[in-house]
Amino acid sequence: MEAIFSSIGLRRFLHRPAGRAPKWSKETVNQDVLNASYAVRGPVLDLAMKMEERLRSGESLPFKEMIYCNIGNPQSLQQKPLTFVRQVLSLVTNPLLLEKHSDLFPSDAVARAQKYLGAHPMGAYSNSQGIKTVREEVAAFIGKRDQTFSPDPDAIFLINGASEGVRYGLQSLLRPRLAGYHDGVLVPIPQYPLYSALTTLLNGELVPYYLREEEGWTLEVGDLEEALKQARARGVTVRGLVVINPGNPTGQLLSRANMEKIIEFCVRENLVLMADEVYQTNIYVDDRGFLSFRKVAVDMGLPPDAGPEEQGMNEKHLQLVSFHSVSKGFMGECGLRGGYMELFGIPPGVKAQLYKLASISLCSNTIGQVVTGLMVHPPEEGSPSFPTYEGERTATLTSLRRRAQKLTAGLGNLEGVSVQPSTGAMYSFPRLSLPPAFHAEAVKQGTKADELYCIRLVEATGIVVVPGSGFGQVDGSWHFRTTFLPPEDKMDSVMERLGKFHKELLDAYRG
Amino acid sequence: MVAQPRVLNYDSLPDHVKHCEYAVRGELYRAATERVAAGKEVIFTNVGNPHGLGQKPITFIRQVFALVSAPFLLEHPDVHRIFPRDVIARAKAYMKAAPGGIGAYSDSKGLPIVRQEFADFLQRRDGFGSDIDNIFLTNGASEAVRLGLTAMLRGPQDGILVPIPQYPLYSAAIELLSGSMVGYYLHEESGWSLDFEELERAVRDAKRQGVRVRGMVFINPGNPTGQCLSRQDLEGLVKFAYKHKLVLMADEVYQDNIYQTVRPFVSARHVALSMGAPYAQGLELATFHTASKGVYGECGFRGGVMELLNFDERVADELYKLASINLSPNVPGQVILGLMVNGPRPGDESYAQYAREKQDLLDSLRRRARAITDAFNSCEGIVCQETEGAMYSFPKITLPPAAMAAAKAAGKSPDVFYCLKLLETTGISTVPGSGFKQRDGTFHFRTTILPPESKFQDIIQRFLAFHSAFMAEYKGSTGHGTGARARL
Repeated sequence: MEAIFSSIGLRRFLHRPAGRAPKWSKETVNQDVLNASYAVRGPVLDLAMKMEERLRSGESLPFKEMIYCNIGNPQSLQQKPLTFVRQVLSLVTNPLLLEKHSDLFPSDAVARAQKYLGAHPMGAYSNSQGIKTVREEVAAFIGKRDQTFSPDPDAIFLINGASEGVRYGLQSLLRPRLAGYHDGVLVPIPQYPLYSALTTLLNGELVPYYLREEEGWTLEVGDLEEALKQARARGVTVRGLVVINPGNPTGQLLSRANMEKIIEFCVRENLVLMADEVYQTNIYVDDRGFLSFRKVAVDMGLPPDAGPEEQGMNEKHLQLVSFHSVSKGFMGECGLRGGYMELFGIPPGVKAQLYKLASISLCSNTIGQVVTGLMVHPPEEGSPSFPTYEGERTATLTSLRRRAQKLTAGLGNLEGVSVQPSTGAMYSFPRLSLPPAFHAEAVKQGTKADELYCIRLVEATGIVVVPGSGFGQVDGSWHFRTTFLPPEDKMDSVMERLGKFHKELLDAYRG
Repeated sequence: MVAQPRVLNYDSLPDHVKHCEYAVRGELYRAATERVAAGKEVIFTNVGNPHGLGQKPITFIRQVFALVSAPFLLEHPDVHRIFPRDVIARAKAYMKAAPGGIGAYSDSKGLPIVRQEFADFLQRRDGFGSDIDNIFLTNGASEAVRLGLTAMLRGPQDGILVPIPQYPLYSAAIELLSGSMVGYYLHEESGWSLDFEELERAVRDAKRQGVRVRGMVFINPGNPTGQCLSRQDLEGLVKFAYKHKLVLMADEVYQDNIYQTVRPFVSARHVALSMGAPYAQGLELATFHTASKGVYGECGFRGGVMELLNFDERVADELYKLASINLSPNVPGQVILGLMVNGPRPGDESYAQYAREKQDLLDSLRRRARAITDAFNSCEGIVCQETEGAMYSFPKITLPPAAMAAAKAAGKSPDVFYCLKLLETTGISTVPGSGFKQRDGTFHFRTTILPPESKFQDIIQRFLAFHSAFMAEYKGSTGHGTGARARL
């Protein structure tokens, strides 16, 4: 009786002798897993965690505490959650509070909790795309933000952080190497290493396009075209383009003109545009607001509906997947794993498959879904919670802006360091010019120069950053990424310690 | 301008995405959702989703969670009036251990405090503890399963032994990872028992087909089948997996749903470690658990866990790396899992209510399992094994030839045909057996035992009426057996 199920079929692979499997060891782990790497949590962090252990056990080190600037994790660095969000969360999860002690909460928090609970009990699996009430809130938000019509709530998927949606998207785009495909995705360099890790894991080809550092990390369509041409010459079928706007780690904000050209490029070359827009509320300049790719597309007259599958794509049709998250902005609710992806120009047949992928894990966590709703639909002006909400929002954003400026200025003052302004997001990505003797030391130790720099930085100061090689950089250039999330009252001390370390390092290797 | 197909169109999707299926939310579920949209009643018995059918959460768990999500409540002067002392103490303990609160990414393996709670739970349950480094908290047990399979499957030449019938996460995940699912049939007539000769057969056939079997899944208590394994069964599994050099994957998410005393739950981990050398040190075992099932039913929180026993350290490192790509599992789910495995103890303020809530739920589930099994067995053409554990009933239906012909004419598999008719007539939404795989020529459907007791008898009556009428239509007789109707 046939009980072996495999869609790819086994005939091609008979050259590998079957027999007793070897033990599951590193050698026999799936190669794609071994190849994937995710630098945000790499060797520098491992060292930092060991040093933290040593501090905790009472050992005396040149510093009293670790300062984690390696990851955009605001609430671990004393940023407080929004009051309204946590009020609603406690009410939706503890019905007794709602029934007996609602007097402890503002009336709008109570009303919102009742609305969500009326739609869905927190402990139940929801619809695999997410609670409809929340998706309706997301759709309304998108329409309002973009000053256009709202998308269909059924074009929205609520997900465990934006990362999960990226995985579904790439999983559906990259066809298996085993079946003879050689699919790839255009990814910015430097990039947030989720994209490289997932592409590797899915056995796809990462096709890099380089952002222009000296021009403020801009994205030139000419560079995209060149990268695409080279990839095709190598036999790669490029299927998608990832754009991170505002950029991570680079912080730049794209102009409308730039975005129009990118969209035209995608339409012309048949690429799915994957718009990572999780930092859309982290913008630190006054003369520019956030423009979503969706907004630009709609303004260009591109339709959100894909129409029937059989209908071919005409000149003007964009396929776009946009991502947002509760982890960033001024909410910083990283641990709750909330976010959404919005489909634009994606045919129903594809959407059904994305739905199926989502359904295998049943649904994303309901707390994250509710918080996504609270993010897109905050207290409105005139409601009891509005003053507190608005106060918290402004305070956090202005503080982020101050810290961004302080960090950029401080880094720019260091010898041999050049840094582009952080227009948005939460990071700075300074470039290091290091003495030849330091490079020689790195080579000797079998480490990359930026990684060695970051290791020495942790050892000397307790400041934890991520080497630029984890994000990709032009060959021969060296960077590191730091967040500007440490609390304001620590920033001066951080800048001072960093400056001292940097000078001492340069002095030591000046030769 | 020549029209060209879209980049992302159905045809250009990877085959394994198109072919993988997850029937729990498949065709029947879609039909049911359409019914809801049309304003008609549907009773969702397609998925083990207790709170979705009115089950209430355990009070203690949600009280602690409310404080953890809104720490300012702890500062409120009235907090002691509203929350019991032990609830407040637990919330404070979590806040102390996670200074960033639930809004910060945790370690990619999960908060150390919760992992320690799980390790302590393993010590109490199995007599053998664990190190927190071997414990991964995940968004539901499903994510942990996916993590393990990702690292095991290099291509279709790698296979995983999976029971038939199975929970379709396994078939779907293996498909998506381009691996091979190697089915081993459970023996229905003896209560879906394990058959070691059948296991050997499965491995032999796989080898003959060029598939190297690397892992073996077993589900205890079974889903959809509901059987509980004996200690002897587990010893056999341990020996079998060790002999064939398989990673044993123990899906034990229903360990708290046990409705008989002949075969109480025994964990694979306990058995392997009790057997001594070479198994205790040599068998690679991954254990899965969750807050979604048991009597807690906190599905929406996605709180799962995996423990690795005897794994190569560098393999565990690679799994850690995989977990870190998604940064961290959701922290609320972690807290819920911690509260599940480390609840109030006798003497604590909340204990009496907590113990009573749990016991009441367990007793109710047991009664519902009994009622539904008896009801199915009273029907002509239906044979239903005991629901010894878990949350489901998986009766076998034998359809009259006329029904088989009608199904064929409708282009549906007979079990799908039956389930659609059941849905249309009664609003009861089930999952056809083909979604779980079954022996060729046999047909089943899965229902849960989760609808509330207050509605249960009514649902059973509706089903019995439907089945009678169905059999009458396709057989031309009254179609109902002489067995007594089930009573709660």
